[in-house]
Amino acid sequence: MKLLTHNVLSSKCLKGVSVGYPLRLNATDIKVVDVDFNSEFVSRMIPKINYSALYEAAQSIGHHNGLPDAVADDYEHNDDFLKAVHHVLLEVDVVSGDLECPESGRKFPITRGIPNMLVNENEVNEINSSNGC
Amino acid sequence: MCAIASNIWQRYLLWFAHDLVDFRMAEIKSLISVLDINMRWVEEPADHPFWIVEVPSEECVKKLASRSISLRGVIELWAHSNNISTLHQQLKALNPNVYQPYLQPHLSFKVEVETFSNHLSLPELVDKIEVQSFSYLPIVGPVNLKNPDVKLWFMEYYGLEPNNIPELPYQYYFGRWITDGQRHLMKKFSLKTRKFIGNTSMDAQISVLMANQGKVKPGDLVLDPFVGTGSLLVPAAHFGAYVLGTDIDYLILHAKTRPSRIQQKVRASDESIQANLRQYGLENQYIDVVVADSSLPLWVKEFELDAIITDPPYGIREPTERVGTHKVPQITEQQAPTHIPSKIDYGHDHLYQDLLNFAAKHLKLGGRLVTFIPILRELYNEENMPKHPCLELVANSEQVLSAYVCRRLLTYEKVSRPSDCMAGERTFDPSLENFRDKYFNHCEDSRQVRRQKHYSNIGLRDSNSKTDRIAPESDT
Ligand SMILES: C[S@@+](CC[C@H](N)C(=O)[O-])C[C@H]1O[C@@H](n2cnc3c(N)ncnc32)[C@H](O)[C@@H]1O
Repeated sequence: MKLLTHNVLSSKCLKGVSVGYPLRLNATDIKVVDVDFNSEFVSRMIPKINYSALYEAAQSIGHHNGLPDAVADDYEHNDDFLKAVHHVLLEVDVVSGDLECPESGRKFPITRGIPNMLVNENEVNEINSSNGC
Repeated sequence: MCAIASNIWQRYLLWFAHDLVDFRMAEIKSLISVLDINMRWVEEPADHPFWIVEVPSEECVKKLASRSISLRGVIELWAHSNNISTLHQQLKALNPNVYQPYLQPHLSFKVEVETFSNHLSLPELVDKIEVQSFSYLPIVGPVNLKNPDVKLWFMEYYGLEPNNIPELPYQYYFGRWITDGQRHLMKKFSLKTRKFIGNTSMDAQISVLMANQGKVKPGDLVLDPFVGTGSLLVPAAHFGAYVLGTDIDYLILHAKTRPSRIQQKVRASDESIQANLRQYGLENQYIDVVVADSSLPLWVKEFELDAIITDPPYGIREPTERVGTHKVPQITEQQAPTHIPSKIDYGHDHLYQDLLNFAAKHLKLGGRLVTFIPILRELYNEENMPKHPCLELVANSEQVLSAYVCRRLLTYEKVSRPSDCMAGERTFDPSLENFRDKYFNHCEDSRQVRRQKHYSNIGLRDSNSKTDRIAPESDT
């Protein structure tokens, strides 16, 4: 699981959980992979992601080196900054570990790089269930 | 952009493959929109595979062909008539500026013939050219049948009914081949040679059509909320999108389901959606897949997508499920470590309502939702297709699967942002509810017959075997 995905996942489907974000990240196995740098894509993503959540997630697994703690003002033209974000968003891959709901502590396992966000029938928030996807 | 190079628009012939005809116009419209192509019809396009169009420059048709899988190719139209002598007159009167650059001593050439609907043998085709004798054209280069620099095409159109062809063709066309369409992707992305597939994988041609309906472009973010084996992510990634998927089935995302290839006993340990993208050199475009129930909220509110491209469960070949308590869970050994919750039937009205609500929330303005919907043809009514006030249905193409059943590819574009009051409404007619029940009631007779045949052929096996499923896949 890439940190980009972590940045947009929540546990709000759980009963009694209102925000469920950001999920706490516990990694037992991390792989750093090579992904081609696409400055346009990264700069398009920056206003869409929650930057502080990204920074904290990277920090919590010790992969924040080189990542500024705030978005650079001129980020669209700042390749060094975009490359640092690119690395953290797309190249740091959590192979195993878990995602933990910040409100309930419910853990969602990550196995072979794939998070399992399924919940038990008795954990589902009935109000949410009509909202879908 | 293909800017207007001059005031003189040029004529081209778009030559389409003659299948999935109902998807053709939708694809071309989507592509001229996403590629920002200026194009006009010379005559209103019909069901036949030759469309004459006008564009400001050759660039425009090349761009179109770089994406379209309906197109066989594009021809620069030199002459066109319903009468052969007029065609020859036009060719004789052709402005030399049109042909001179291509009829040069150093450029090899070949003349090809197409007689649409009138299948002729090779000698008969060769004969055609000799009889027509285009010898007045100042062709000076050497013939090269294998790999010519210049391909000239002569086409005769005999209508759409091969069993009822007229004595003389309805139309004649002559021109120079400009470029191929993307038919080659059908081979490149064929399921036959793909590492990880399942019995719900979508064939290459339709997957490409869906990506084009989604107006996918480089750098887009695309999600399939019912991702299965990820077949819809492949062309999206090929067109430059970053791709994500979710599926309720843990086993499918971990490639632990039974192999769907008859000759394959066990799955390879490294099968996965990611491995498929790697196979095609598209791993850079892979973001993630997540095991999750699409009937429940998963993403943060701000999560914004450029396109949602999906083939939801029909409840026939694979269960339509959501987390719930109506069924006793059957937990297998592989599933046990991650506990799979029990699932209840996920009715089609709810599924599509959820999907449209989700799209209204998470698509960017102008972003598209592309989804299939199964239909009993007898009960089809365009008015009953799922609706949402923020989504406009921009295309609706039918793929016939049997006398009773089809599926329709629906393309919605987000035209406004939802306000809170819009969510959760029941958005379409209940007559589409419980497709599975209706399907099975309707098809009971033919199923019985098939089942009996099946059992008498191979002896009793589980009633869920492949013969009982509808199999729309036509991977060619
Ligand atoms: C028609 S298949 C899609 C196949 C896919 N296009 C592929 O390439 O294999 C529908 C998929 O939806 C999944 N599904 C069924 N109910 C679901 C739900 N509530 N949430 C998420 N996925 C679900 C099934 O496991 C199945 O893989």
